[in-house]
Amino acid sequence: MRLSMSKAVRPVLVAFLLLGGVTGVAYPLLVTGIGAMVFPAQSGGSLVTRDGAIVGSSLLAQSFAAPGHFWSRPSATTPQPYDPTASGGSNLGATNPLLLDVVRARVEALRAADPANTAPVPIDLVTASGSGLDPEESPAAALYQVPRVAAARHLDPQSVRALVLAHVHAPGAWPFGEPRVNVLLLNLALDRLVGEKGAQ
Amino acid sequence: MFASLYAVVVFLAVLTLLAWPLGKYLARLADPAPLDGSLGTLERGVLRAIGAAPGEDMPWPRYAALLVAFNALGVLAVYAVQRLQGHLPWNPQGLGAVAPDTAFNTAVSFVTNTDWQGYAGESTLSYGTQMIALTVQNFLSAATGLAVAFALMRGFARRGAAGIGNFWSDLARGTLFVLLPLSVLLATVFIQQGAVQTLAGYLDVTTLEHGHQHLALGPVASQEAIKMLGTNGGGFFNANSAHPFENPTALTNFLQMIAILVAPAALCFAFGRGVRDPRQGWALFAAMTVLFLAMAAVALWAEQRGGHALAALGVDQAVGPLQPGGNMEGKEARFGTIASALFATVTTAASCGAVNAMHDSFTPLGGLVPMWLIQLGEVAFGGVGAGLYGMLVFAIMAVFVAGLMIGRTPEYVGKKIEAFEMKMTAIVILVTPALALVGSAVAVATSAGRAGIANPGAHGFSEILYAFSSAANNNGSAFAGLSANTPFYNVALAIAMWFGRFAFIVPVLAIAGSLARKPRTDPTAGTLPTHGPLFVVLLIGTVVLVGALTYVPALALGPVVEELQWRGGAP
Repeated sequence: MRLSMSKAVRPVLVAFLLLGGVTGVAYPLLVTGIGAMVFPAQSGGSLVTRDGAIVGSSLLAQSFAAPGHFWSRPSATTPQPYDPTASGGSNLGATNPLLLDVVRARVEALRAADPANTAPVPIDLVTASGSGLDPEESPAAALYQVPRVAAARHLDPQSVRALVLAHVHAPGAWPFGEPRVNVLLLNLALDRLVGEKGAQ
Repeated sequence: MFASLYAVVVFLAVLTLLAWPLGKYLARLADPAPLDGSLGTLERGVLRAIGAAPGEDMPWPRYAALLVAFNALGVLAVYAVQRLQGHLPWNPQGLGAVAPDTAFNTAVSFVTNTDWQGYAGESTLSYGTQMIALTVQNFLSAATGLAVAFALMRGFARRGAAGIGNFWSDLARGTLFVLLPLSVLLATVFIQQGAVQTLAGYLDVTTLEHGHQHLALGPVASQEAIKMLGTNGGGFFNANSAHPFENPTALTNFLQMIAILVAPAALCFAFGRGVRDPRQGWALFAAMTVLFLAMAAVALWAEQRGGHALAALGVDQAVGPLQPGGNMEGKEARFGTIASALFATVTTAASCGAVNAMHDSFTPLGGLVPMWLIQLGEVAFGGVGAGLYGMLVFAIMAVFVAGLMIGRTPEYVGKKIEAFEMKMTAIVILVTPALALVGSAVAVATSAGRAGIANPGAHGFSEILYAFSSAANNNGSAFAGLSANTPFYNVALAIAMWFGRFAFIVPVLAIAGSLARKPRTDPTAGTLPTHGPLFVVLLIGTVVLVGALTYVPALALGPVVEELQWRGGAP
């Protein structure tokens, strides 16, 4: 009886350890090796540096609150927004009154920062992303903020607008994905533009 | 409208082109004849190491017993790793033991190919746990599904046979010769596009406006690839495929959707080759495609709509060249509404359950689509293996209904369908709705169940119904506002997942065993052809009718009533 028991159990155990070792250790380590050797920048998190210091990842949204920066899409990570250790969306349903309240507050904040701007607010600028870390927003959302940013930076709105359009990532004929702007990279370019202006 | 159509057509075209050659390959692997060349050598080596008798043809009870034992060991292992992760390697954040109920739920969840996330990956699980517990099960649960599909295919193909194949050979072939090479390839592409893959710890950075951010990293790409190819769906991070480190670009999103459905679609073609009648495979593929298209159309339309209440606030929801418009709550800018709604359809047409947008925040009808696809049994392509064997059970049901109408013994691909097959079919078709509906009823009736609800009104009921439907059908996606990481939900959903998986698989293997013993009869003038449009319509009708009769009353209380409220201007 003991013999037949061990005869039955052994293949189950050995198969599990063997296949588990290949798929759970060898495979992820192999892929990690490929990433480190062939695509070190991407596998390390697509980090962005300025003056030698890491200022974030081009793939993760960060909080921008100054009127002279473009703002990211709202983040519903808790307790802090834009927290990469707590990714997630609001999960508010379409008929939840709370959704209406938070969107209203975001619209009012945008209007308060730029009272002269009476254009309708693009939907993605007042709705929380799925990850809470969406690094991008629609061209419409960035263009909506041009008057505020230009005024705060004492720049010609046309030059700021041109900067936004130069940062639009368009999918072209590819049927998937939307035109979009990376907010961190746009703000870095904006800071550079201001720096050049200041130096002149 | 044009953009949606374009997206769906390109997606299905690419899917079919890739599924066809993969189907040929899978058909070869489903044939127990020894493989040539290095694959044959490797397989013999693996079987020798396991100590399995080479070439053993197992009767279905032995096949089923080994399968269940192997998966039960998986539950123990995943549970143990989570409880002991503080003492195991690859834990740079020093994360401690996972709570027992969460660990139990996660163990059952990943072994059953459900990959329901009761936990938030980045704050709960170490890199080591993600690798040696979850990634392993991503492979093995998918290979288990593939093995069952192979066994059932052989049941139809064989005549007068005592066995349905060798479980160890099927498991090794699926893991090592299908899933592993495809995963290495896909993971490499994901990294090139920006998915992270590192064993280094989380990174502290000072942001542009001098704030602090703690960047969660990890071996993500390797898990992401098999998460999709194995229709698993459990994300490395809490936000799953909405997270830019998991799904960084529109291209990765497209590849993820293809990866979810490619093996399930390929199995249709493999079935056709296996039973020596490719038209049978095309008929299944056609029925699945029609179901998929109809549901995708509703989801794509539903999510591009704006709401009255938001419009009144001065929000621009129009679809246009400079913005996606529509319903963007819980969605990512790079995907917009089209790639999000299509992803939601794909992930629930299969038993994947990965999400690139929060289903809880979909418009009511947009959320009904993924929920109903799950409830239909995930047979519009379906999970790896699970989609094919699920659809074949519906095919048996369809020929049975047709047989009743014309008064003949039903047959499917040359096999007579008799009382034993119908009893097993009845169990399979009843077990998941029973788990989903009884589970939902218990949750709604108890305070522990109602405590998890996040959204008020009809939507709160939808959250519970979605959770139990997802668990019983081994999907794993959620209306994630539901606070399900509680002892009540962790245990109740684990029960639904386990029985939804194995109380389904064992009767399917029994059907395979019974069919393998029967002779294959040649079609006569009175045989209902199962490769033509008539049968495709009959099959779709069977799937939809069973799904509608079972779930419409519950759906009417959830998404349907909410849709009416939303259209009326709520909130």
